[in-house]
Amino acid sequence: MLVDFNFRVILEYLPLFLTGLRSTFFIAIVSIALALITGIIACSCRISGIKFIKYPAIAYIEIVRSTPLLVQIYFLYFGLPTLGLKIPEIQTGILALMLNSGAYMAEIIRAGINSVDEGQIEAGISSGLNYVQRMRLIILPQALGVTIPPLLGQNIVLVKDSALLSLISVMELTRCGQTMTSERFMPTEAFLTVAFFYMCIYFCLKALADWSQRKLIFREAY
Amino acid sequence: MISFYFGRLMEIFPFFLKGLWMTSKIGFISLVTCTLIGFILGIFRSSDSTILKRMVGVYVAFVRGTPFVVQIFIVFFILPEWGVQLEAFSAALLAMAIMGSAFICEIVAGGINSIPKGQWEAATSAGLNRIQQLRLVIIPQAMKVILPPLVGQYVLLIKDTSVVSVIGIMELTRVGWVTVVRIPEGLMVFTLVGFLYFIISYPLILLSNYLEKKMAV
Repeated sequence: MLVDFNFRVILEYLPLFLTGLRSTFFIAIVSIALALITGIIACSCRISGIKFIKYPAIAYIEIVRSTPLLVQIYFLYFGLPTLGLKIPEIQTGILALMLNSGAYMAEIIRAGINSVDEGQIEAGISSGLNYVQRMRLIILPQALGVTIPPLLGQNIVLVKDSALLSLISVMELTRCGQTMTSERFMPTEAFLTVAFFYMCIYFCLKALADWSQRKLIFREAY
Repeated sequence: MISFYFGRLMEIFPFFLKGLWMTSKIGFISLVTCTLIGFILGIFRSSDSTILKRMVGVYVAFVRGTPFVVQIFIVFFILPEWGVQLEAFSAALLAMAIMGSAFICEIVAGGINSIPKGQWEAATSAGLNRIQQLRLVIIPQAMKVILPPLVGQYVLLIKDTSVVSVIGIMELTRVGWVTVVRIPEGLMVFTLVGFLYFIISYPLILLSNYLEKKMAV
């Protein structure tokens, strides 16, 4: 069992794990930023009254939400080359994470906007504000507080999802564990170390999400 | 060329249906086991006993803090080192049960905690024992809070079955992965795979949305 847990091997492979960790960080940060932009655009299309852009946005969100991320990753990984697009695996992975998380973020933002009371909007209309002013001055400031905690939660999911990129041979944290397993055949050491690093990221992000929940949700109650 | 590959794809379509069957089988079995274990753990998590609460809390934190792929690797590669031999199928079911029950446990605990203290007190003074209190008073009321996210979690579970393909189980994603080697039309093959997943999970998404609307007070 854990009696012959070999710390020396872990120490030997630590530089590899640290590069993996850095790569996971890089993938996560880039995809979170891109997913947020995608989410905002998709959400604005989703709530707009123009059918021409509303229905494609609905289709995008529903398709992403009802298929597994792994299938989406493989779709891009095996599909893009047949279209003549040859991009590195890491970019394919970031693209997949961006499209996947973007759809979930669009739904989170939409839920935030919908949570603003109907009366607020009516009050805005009767004060003579137009649509953009209502959005900017009344709806978005109130929606922001409700939106940020679940968005941070989605970021936790995204970091964990980035582990799936190891299956298209992107050199990130999980891939490092696989490499160590295939070189030394020490899966216990390899995967428990990987799990440990993910737990560290998880606890940091969780603390951030809980803090924002306390700060933002209660302020809204006043 | 595309129509040629499309014909080939249609020829091996039964293979995909087999994968779909495997996915549904794993999905269904883990749905049932995860719900059962999740409810028991959720009741522990919302109980007054600090030790039980802490223990379940550590388990949940471990599961939620690590990616599902890593959990599958831990179950599939590490348990044999400790003397527990598992074949791929049971390893997959075990990993799914571990992962899903932790998430369902949190949902159930949230639902039970949302019931006001007065209900517990009323049930106690009506002379019900702990199990009767839960069965007759608390759980029926908590179901309103539990059900919508629970169905949402089922959708996630079904989607997560795609990850067990990494240990070589011939389910839908694995079938697509094997096919794409022979039919080099990635877009077509994985559109088909995605469509088959869509067929199972979209009704559940609609059900979840419906329940959310219906249960909202």
